[in-house]
This record gives sequence, structure tokens and C-alpha cells, in this order.
Amino acid sequence: MSVLELEDVSVKYIVGDIKNVGLKETILKKISGKYHKKEFWADRHITFSLEKGDFLGIIGTNGAGKTTLLKAISHIMVPNEGIVRLNGTVSSLIELASGFDSDLTVKENIYLRGAILGYTKEQLTSSYKDILEFSELAEFEDRPFKQLSSGMKSRLAFAVASYVNPDLLILDEVLSVGDGAFRKKSEAKMKEIINGGATTILVSHLLEQIREMSNKVLWLNKGEQITFGTNVEEICDAYSMFLKNKVIPKNEEEIKLFAQQYREQQNG
Amino acid sequence: MLHILKKHKFLFSELVKRDFKKKYKGTIMGVGWSVLSPLLTLLIMRLVFTHFFGSSIPHYTIYLFCGNIIFSYFKDSTTQGLEALSANSQIFTRCNVPKYLFLLSKNVESLINFGITVIVLLIFCIIDQITFTWMFVLLIYPIITVFLFNIGLGFILSAMRIFYKDISYLWRVFTLLVMYVSAIFYSTKTYPETIQKLFYLNPVYVYISYFRSIIIDGVIPSVWIHLLMLFYAAVVVAIGLLIYKKFNHKFLYYV
Repeated sequence: MSVLELEDVSVKYIVGDIKNVGLKETILKKISGKYHKKEFWADRHITFSLEKGDFLGIIGTNGAGKTTLLKAISHIMVPNEGIVRLNGTVSSLIELASGFDSDLTVKENIYLRGAILGYTKEQLTSSYKDILEFSELAEFEDRPFKQLSSGMKSRLAFAVASYVNPDLLILDEVLSVGDGAFRKKSEAKMKEIINGGATTILVSHLLEQIREMSNKVLWLNKGEQITFGTNVEEICDAYSMFLKNKVIPKNEEEIKLFAQQYREQQNG
Repeated sequence: MLHILKKHKFLFSELVKRDFKKKYKGTIMGVGWSVLSPLLTLLIMRLVFTHFFGSSIPHYTIYLFCGNIIFSYFKDSTTQGLEALSANSQIFTRCNVPKYLFLLSKNVESLINFGITVIVLLIFCIIDQITFTWMFVLLIYPIITVFLFNIGLGFILSAMRIFYKDISYLWRVFTLLVMYVSAIFYSTKTYPETIQKLFYLNPVYVYISYFRSIIIDGVIPSVWIHLLMLFYAAVVVAIGLLIYKKFNHKFLYYV
């Protein structure tokens, strides 16, 4: 049984004069005809499936619909068309620092953030010490969150998120955080989770990372699924070619061709 | 909804804890404010209005107190509920959590505060030599219905707040209006019959008058009053839930 299956999934997004506006502003803009609101497909006809232990890398330039797709997979957004089928628990690390409260202490924040991420009380109580130790903040346990440095904050955020043990782990540009020593430590922890059998989805602009870790790749462009497959190297090469000449391959043959061209350029 | 609530019991209790701690962090008095603040309001009203209304209304202090604490609860609960969604938008746009939990946790916090003021009210009743009867048990009915009423309004207001940020200001003005038409410091008896009846269009007034009827008059209000209280609560909850159902997945575009 697949851990995750997407069948022809399409997600709409709305932009315009809708964020943080007042009633007066909106009415005035509507009267003067300046009101602007636009719906568009952030993701269109996305279809793929992941088995247990798979590592999917999602590539695409800005505005490709990557984050929106992650939100649809983790049920933060609901697809307008198509079906997302998910077997098991999901934990998405999209912008790690959300959900912390600057007035509460480190301890209180670990509990609050843990609860938001879906820990049960027992789980959190048993991994509390580990989280605190991993984040290297033991002596700050009773300090307010706002007194921490930004490096400490991201360490704490990472530590809380990394003890969840979900069936599906979603990473949006976060594999590691912090300075030199902690960066290594967090990367090692991430690999430990991934190698522990979790299915993982990683969005990254670092193609090297994708090449190294993924066994499947999904390429998105302006919401369209360009390709999905296990031929990681080939797709990454074709994508590198696209980054150079900005031409989208139309079919599998063209992807092969593009990859070929890229390799020739690299060697020649 | 209940089974989801059970599933998210831990998250819910953490949210209530957070709201409580945040409210009282950095205040010297802590929860004491919940007691002191209605007492101060009571003191001011007593000083200002006794001269005008005090002589014609029996147990005027208790009369004022009943009106005050229920109105404060209504105001506190709805103004805080109004911000419940927008204040937590950073969370629900990035994590999959049921959004109404943020509203409910605020409401539970306000309810606990209200509970404390009710206890203070009962202490005042002893001081004012009001005899306690079995009827006082019935006070649970207005408490439950006003709680539901506040939640319903919270659903409606917090959703509107997501779409239009100036709802907060409009609501503040509106609660001021509600305060003046809730007969908190005056009696409706001085008005002609027809106008007296109009007061029943104001749910807050109905909840207040139930309290007074039981505590001061020792009379159980009619079945109609009971139904009216339930009706108001049910209507706003129904509208609130409908709005949430319709916009639940749209909120994240607007924050």
C-alpha cells in the first residue's frame, strides 16, 4: 500500500487586495473599480505516488507551486480537484519557527509547539528531555522564548520537530539549521529519521542535495507537472539545462535530450 | 466535532494554558485581576448611579453586579474570540490543526474568569443578606446559554475579522451600544410596556434579567424566557458553524 497517492490534484490560489484589508478600503476599491482579486491554479493535474521509504525531491523555480502542493498533502489546504490519499501520520516542517510564543518559557513552548505538531502528551513527556538536550538549551529551560538568540530559536524549533517520528515527513527547504557544529548535528538527525524508514518529501533549490538523497523526483513549473520519475540524475540534468536556456521539455524524449545536452556541456 | 476534540485534547489544553499564562504574565495581581476588575467597575457604577436609580431598585449593588459581570463576560469573550483566528494565523497556515480550537480555548479562558466573578457575586449576596434558595442551582442555565451564545458570536466575528481587519473597531463600538441597552444600571420598569418588551430583543439583557430574577426576586422566569435564551444561543451557533463550514479552507488566503 502506498504511503501517499495523488490523483490528478489541482489546487487554486487567490491573490489580490484581500490580505489584511479593512471593510472601508474594500468598499472604496470596489466602488472605484480598483478592486483586484485573482484566482489561479497554483497546482494543476498533479499525479504521483510514494511507497514506504521513498525519498521524493521536488524541484522547480519560484512560483512553481511547490509549497502549495506540500500544504495540500499535509491537509492544510484542500485540493479543488482530485484526491490526496495519505496512509499514516504526516509531519510537515514548513517554516519551523511558527507556533512559538515569545512570552512563554522554553519549556512551555516545547509543550505548545509539540502539541501543535501532533505529539500526544505521553510522547512529548517522554521525549522532552531529549528535545531539550538536543537543542542545547537545558540551562534556558525557564527563560522566556523572546530572550533567546535567533540561532537558539531555530535550534529549539528543529529539535521539537525532529522527534515526531511520522510516517510521512515533509521538509520545505529545511534539512539543517544553525551554525557549523549544530548544522552537522541536525543534518545527521535528519538522516537518522529518513533512514529510519520514514517516507520523505524534500523541496530544495540545492540540486546536489536532491541528487544525493532522492530516489524519486517531481518537477513542477508554474503549477504544471513537467515530469515525475525515478530517473533522478536524468531529470536533474534536464532541469539544470532548463535553468540555463529556460526551455521547458515537452515530453520524456525531450527530457532525455536535454539531459544529454547538459552532460555534453559539462564534459566538453 | 467531539471526537476531534478528544483527539486534540492535548493541543486544546496547551492552548488554554497558553492563553491563561499570556493574559496574566507580567501582572502583579495575576488572576486577582479577574476579581478586582469587576469590583472596581462595580464601585464606580455604585458611586455614580446610586443617586439616580439606587432608591427605586432593591438590592441595587447586587442588581448592578449581575448586569456588570454578565456584560463583561459577553464583551471579554467576544472581543477576544474575534481575534482568536487572526492571532493564530501563523499556526494554522503552516500546521494542520482544527481552527476552532483557537476560538474555544479563548472562550474557556473567559468562562473560567466569569466563573470567578460569579463566586464573588455570591459572596456579595451573603453580605447583602440575600437568602440562598435551591433556585440558585438554575443559574447554571444562563451560564451555559450565554457561553454558547459567546462561542457562536466568536465563530462569526473571528471569521469576519479574517476578511476585514476593521471589524475589531466596529465591534468595540457595538458593545458600547449593547451596554447602554442592557439595563445594567437602570431598570426597564420606568419605560412603557411596549418598550419594556423590546428589551427582550437584546440577548444580553435576557441573560442578565434571568440572573436578577433568581437572585433578587426569587422568581423562576417563564418557560418562554428559557426557550428564548436557548433560541438566541442556537441561532448564533448555527450561523457561526455555517460560516466556518463555508470558509474554513479559504481563511488561509486572507491572512
